[in-house]
Amino acid sequence: MIKTALLGAAASVACVSMAFADGHIGERGRDGNLSLIYWQAPSILSPFLSAGTKDVEAASLMLEPLARYDETGKMVPWLAADIPTVENGGVSEDLMTITWKIKPGLVWSDGTAFTAQDVKFTAAYCMNPDGGCAHGTKFEGVRSVEAPDDLTVVVTFDGPKPFPYGPFVGVESPILQAAQFAECMGAAAATCTEQNFNPIGTGPFTVTEFRTNDVITLAANENYREAGKPAFATVTFKGGGDAAAAGRAVMETGEFDYGWNLQLAPEVIAGMQAGGLGTPVAGFGPLVERLMLNQTDPDPALGDRRSTTDTPHPFLRDPAVYKALSMAIDRPLLVEIGYGQAGRVTCNWIAAPAAVNSTTFSCDTQDLEGAKAMLEAAGYVDTDGDGVRETPAGQPMEILYQTSTNAVRQDFQALIKEWWEDIGLSVELRNISSSVFFGGDAGSPDTLQKFYADVHMYANTFNGTDPQTYLGNGLCDKAPRPETQWQGENMSRFCMAEYDALHAQLQTTAGAEARAAIARALNDMYVGNGGMIPLVHRGRLSAHANTLGGVKLNVWDSEIWNIADWYRIGE
Amino acid sequence: MLTFTIRRLIFAVPTLLFTALIIFLLLELAPGDPMSNVPLTVPDEVKQQMRLALGLGEPMHIRFFKWIVQFFWIEPLNLFDQMFGTTFAEGKLRVISWQSRSPVIDIIAERMPQTLWVVGTAYVVAIAIAIPVGIYSAYRQYSFFDQAGTFITMVGYSVPPFFSGVLVIVVFAVNLGWFPSIYDTTHKVVDWDSFVVQLQQMIMPVMVLALQITSQISRFMRASMLDNLGQDYVRTARAKGMEERTVVMVHVLRNSMIPVVTVIALGIPAIFGGAIITEQVFKVNGIGQLLITAIQANDLPMVQTLTFIFAVLIVLFNLLADVLYGILDPRIRYD
Repeated sequence: MIKTALLGAAASVACVSMAFADGHIGERGRDGNLSLIYWQAPSILSPFLSAGTKDVEAASLMLEPLARYDETGKMVPWLAADIPTVENGGVSEDLMTITWKIKPGLVWSDGTAFTAQDVKFTAAYCMNPDGGCAHGTKFEGVRSVEAPDDLTVVVTFDGPKPFPYGPFVGVESPILQAAQFAECMGAAAATCTEQNFNPIGTGPFTVTEFRTNDVITLAANENYREAGKPAFATVTFKGGGDAAAAGRAVMETGEFDYGWNLQLAPEVIAGMQAGGLGTPVAGFGPLVERLMLNQTDPDPALGDRRSTTDTPHPFLRDPAVYKALSMAIDRPLLVEIGYGQAGRVTCNWIAAPAAVNSTTFSCDTQDLEGAKAMLEAAGYVDTDGDGVRETPAGQPMEILYQTSTNAVRQDFQALIKEWWEDIGLSVELRNISSSVFFGGDAGSPDTLQKFYADVHMYANTFNGTDPQTYLGNGLCDKAPRPETQWQGENMSRFCMAEYDALHAQLQTTAGAEARAAIARALNDMYVGNGGMIPLVHRGRLSAHANTLGGVKLNVWDSEIWNIADWYRIGE
Repeated sequence: MLTFTIRRLIFAVPTLLFTALIIFLLLELAPGDPMSNVPLTVPDEVKQQMRLALGLGEPMHIRFFKWIVQFFWIEPLNLFDQMFGTTFAEGKLRVISWQSRSPVIDIIAERMPQTLWVVGTAYVVAIAIAIPVGIYSAYRQYSFFDQAGTFITMVGYSVPPFFSGVLVIVVFAVNLGWFPSIYDTTHKVVDWDSFVVQLQQMIMPVMVLALQITSQISRFMRASMLDNLGQDYVRTARAKGMEERTVVMVHVLRNSMIPVVTVIALGIPAIFGGAIITEQVFKVNGIGQLLITAIQANDLPMVQTLTFIFAVLIVLFNLLADVLYGILDPRIRYD
């Protein structure tokens, strides 16, 4: 009896002292103000009307999903009681329905009860065709969303879905309050400025004042479900300026506690870190910087039909050529120059999570002589002595290499041009303003989709941890072409019947390991057959003040996903 | 004078409409798309739906006409409603920004105080410094003060604000730690302490801007003074036995101020335009920053409305400068 009492007393003392050492325990609002700086200022607090990361993350302070991804990429229940699976009966055997059970006792920040009706409303809001919902793909294949009672949501798909965790999972698919957004369905969504600027949520903070593209002031949510959290009473979420100013404000002057997405050269970051007030943190999601190879001919002489599958590319489809081009690149140097600690060499289209990162290829050593030998052996020789090789058909190997206007990308272009010219190609460089390059305007010749060039360089990624939709970017019918008004995600116009068949198989395969194996096989098929040349696995780099504790950089969800757990490290 | 003013105002109307059309066509025909900032993870069909939701499905002339109606009829109606509590503009669609889906005029009104505080103060400070400097430089031409003044104004005019601004931040905010490097737009001045804080955060942007503006105005002042100091009436005044002080500060200064006042009046629309670069460097988040972020995001309604407002201000202040010139100088008559 005495022994257990003593043990209990000792344990509780240990717990308390641990807690005080961590700063975790305490009353809500004890640590005053938290200041965040996002150098791209949030414009709107609705993730459904804007797909910009800055807006989606700013909204995540208020709006929360049923489940989300933690910093390791694992799915954790958030507003739901647990993750439904086939084993626990949450997902039906035929993979056509998924049933979410909501945690009991949840309330919105205005005190009203959170029910399944709000979840059902959110689905209707985003699936409305006139609303222009930016994350409509999360609800792809959903036939209906029902709320049989206040704590149960049933999502029914129109076909078996081995990965049913699209709707309501992740930062892009949070729940809106039905009562607040009732008047905002469809075309009226854009007129609801008050709601879009001041969403009522279940998150740790509520909006006090929102100035678009400027600053958001927030206060702790009095009705937040966890007692003693958040530790901060108010938040100042400032936007604007550039990454360098944000880095300075966190690491050199100490004016801000957290600076998001500091895309700066490694030496600049190191210099700022020497200020001693802040620490940079890096995390690696699936973002990969790559060279897309045009499998079709962009020759202007083809007029309207240039860069369509009518005419294949004269030489980029030859394995000898794309392998040689890849061999000529010194990837470790590119990482060192461009990204430092926020970059890693990769040979894969899908570089993360670890389960889907294939180990087939190795590409971290540059081999210029091997590349030259490969081209010679395949018949690409310089017949007229001008330093540029010709194809066996006699066409000179000239490459137009385009990317967006960005200092690091222009550095990469200069280096890669040098290496490719060394192995006997002629390279012309071009850079295009991001707003045009990524704009998707069907009338402009300089967009990603038109691909009126031989090589494009940019980075792409996918949300969440399941790459099925992303791998769909390699399907034959996703090639942008005049018939689709130049819309489509298969920029390199890659087309292989086996790839399409294997992807179809992925859509009906259940089980994480089996799916990961198919994903790796698809990656190998795509990269191995010249769809792209991957360059750098890029991470996200942010910085936080040394007095800020609890930060766990999450690249799979919102970076500030666990802001409720942050605290000030005190003396 | 009155007929001149009325005639100019009447001419202003087709001028402004034509300006609005040019701005609209420039923005329409320029490459770039409001969906360019949307990440590549969003497929093209969704982006197309988002474009339609913004109203981009309609042909150009319909959109231009809608904007004209919204700007000239619905917005003033809205203002009338706000002032008098009526509901004439209830339910009518206002000019909506594509980035934030909120009415453009509301955002401009929210931002205006920041710009007026910082850029307006810079303008006043610049005038207060430039005029004495210009007067003394002209009076003691080629003296050390004049040469030094010329040098500093050349530097101030040539050095761009994105250099001088960042330099000033590195020296005063990072190394010395005297001033904050990021402007707090939510700061309210309620007592002496908060006023001091406001001053501290305003000093750097105001000084950077004032350096640029002082350069222009002081050169103008100096040139105008030099013109007048060589006139016959100055020699007469001195021969009459007037004090040097009266000669310069009363007679010459008044005549020299005429062109300078008109230059100052012409520069006032620029205050409303905000100092685009300086606001970005110091994160003042006023009208200038609003314009540049709207251009980068291809937010057509915002850019169009803002540039049109600047055009209106420029036309009006041009007229004001001309009228002022006529009032100050009795020899000038326009009719």
